Amino acid sequence: MNIIPIEYYLVLSAFMFAVGITGVLIRKNAIVVFMCIELMLNSANLALVTFSSYLGNAAGQVFVFFVMTVAAAESAVGLAIIIAIFRNKLTVNIDEINIFKW
Amino acid sequence: MQDFYNILPLILVASGIVISVVIEILSDNSEKILPWFSALVLLSASVYSIMLMNNTGTIFNGMLATGGNVYIFHFIFTIGAMLIILGSIDYIKKYGSYFGEYYILILNAVLGMMIMASARDLFMVFIGLELMSICFYVLAGINRKKLNANEASLKYVLLGAFASGFVVYGIALIYGTAQTTSIDKIIAGFVPLSHNILFITGLFLFLVGFSFKIAAFPFHQWVPDVYQGSATTISGLMSTGGKAAAFSVLIILLSAVAPSNANVFRPYFAVIATLSMIYGSIVAISQNNLKRMLAYSSIAHAGYMSIGLASGNYESIAGIIFYLAAYTFMNIGAFIVISMIEGENDSKLQLSDYVGLNAKNPKLAALMALFMFALSGLPPFAGFFGKYYVFISAIEANLTWLAIVGVISSVISVYFYLRVIVLMYFKEPETSVAVHNSNYGVLAAVISALFVIVFGLFPGTLLDLITSFLK
Repeated sequence: MNIIPIEYYLVLSAFMFAVGITGVLIRKNAIVVFMCIELMLNSANLALVTFSSYLGNAAGQVFVFFVMTVAAAESAVGLAIIIAIFRNKLTVNIDEINIFKW
Repeated sequence: MQDFYNILPLILVASGIVISVVIEILSDNSEKILPWFSALVLLSASVYSIMLMNNTGTIFNGMLATGGNVYIFHFIFTIGAMLIILGSIDYIKKYGSYFGEYYILILNAVLGMMIMASARDLFMVFIGLELMSICFYVLAGINRKKLNANEASLKYVLLGAFASGFVVYGIALIYGTAQTTSIDKIIAGFVPLSHNILFITGLFLFLVGFSFKIAAFPFHQWVPDVYQGSATTISGLMSTGGKAAAFSVLIILLSAVAPSNANVFRPYFAVIATLSMIYGSIVAISQNNLKRMLAYSSIAHAGYMSIGLASGNYESIAGIIFYLAAYTFMNIGAFIVISMIEGENDSKLQLSDYVGLNAKNPKLAALMALFMFALSGLPPFAGFFGKYYVFISAIEANLTWLAIVGVISSVISVYFYLRVIVLMYFKEPETSVAVHNSNYGVLAAVISALFVIVFGLFPGTLLDLITSFLK
């Protein structure tokens, strides 16, 4: 049985990472931006699992659990902050959240 | 058991957090008990980090390092956070977030910084980084009714999580190419690895992520907004502890290339150092809000410290650690003084509110003047020697042009620091409303001032200590 070459996974993960960065830079809705950040973290998870499996080294898979836990904590805090700002301002559009200017 | 004894500062803070949570649950006036309890925890952790300074080594299968410069960092974090807590006792009543969890979150953030400084494994670096950052996201918006604080914490969480994405992806690529996450093993195999394009890409992404955290130029956009919108004491902690923790990780990576002369990071750090120094110093001139001005000055200071990363020799590492120690105390002092002058609802933060401060409250004016002198890098305060050591290391590494840029931007920055002093002392106030100070805040500012003066008068003592641990 042929196994899928490592490059396929790495290219997919690099593509997901690029999509995440692009999304963060161009989307205006704070929640969508947050989803793109999760996409970046998950692309790193894919790369970690791939390397771990091809190197026969379990450390990468263990790290993925840490990344998932941290990502969950980060989104819990992030969504709470987005809710707090929505209650005060009734918008989550990043362009309208602009009190501070130099 | 020896492992657990050597890591006592970390264990003290961690158990302090657990006990704080119990106090918060059981006690009705936890907001009165917790500041003293957490200050005590941090003080004891700092005492132990001095006592255990000679127990150098790694523990827990090479996951964490103890002793040496790591414990100098622990001392900086714990004492800095203790001063911030002293300054917060009266401030957060005025700020409107009189909650016990404020102190628990500060302790958690300090634990994250300590893990980052101790980490000898990329996983631990990530865990420490996120523990610190997530607590800072919450602390920035601790008063959820204030729109300013909401906006600051939203910007911080979005850009901070974005930077974490870079760090994790960088770690994944480094892990894949180096086949290990132990920093010591990566450093041992650094020279053959540095020809691997995937490894260099991973390292670059990792550095970009950390450049966000140290607030260097192309990644600085969040800094002014977050420092201005957060509670003043929290801005003080973020600008010092957070920056020092990120630098502690960069310094470990830098020691990989310090013995040899093959500093692959030099172009990167030379560029961000130049841009941060010039940009921070020039834009700070046009600021009227003191917190925002200090935020731009913090970008400039990240630039001065990055000079040390660019030169990459042992002198520069010692210089950066000295600079961070000095910067922590002068900046925390400045932010605590600002927090005492600040009125309700983010008022009295403008330069015009400092006109004739000497007539209104000479104590605060004198402290503020001292911190402004120290930040501008005038001798005999600690800030001068921090810059001096970093610039000297750059000249030794044949980066004289970078040192010259640093000196020029220091000269520019003297203008906006001294403007505050001129306004406080040489202008008559329009109104004669007295400015009240909090006793605890003054105590914290005086302790910071003592550190700034002692490091400035006896810089050799601390520098020799740091250098002795590097060899």
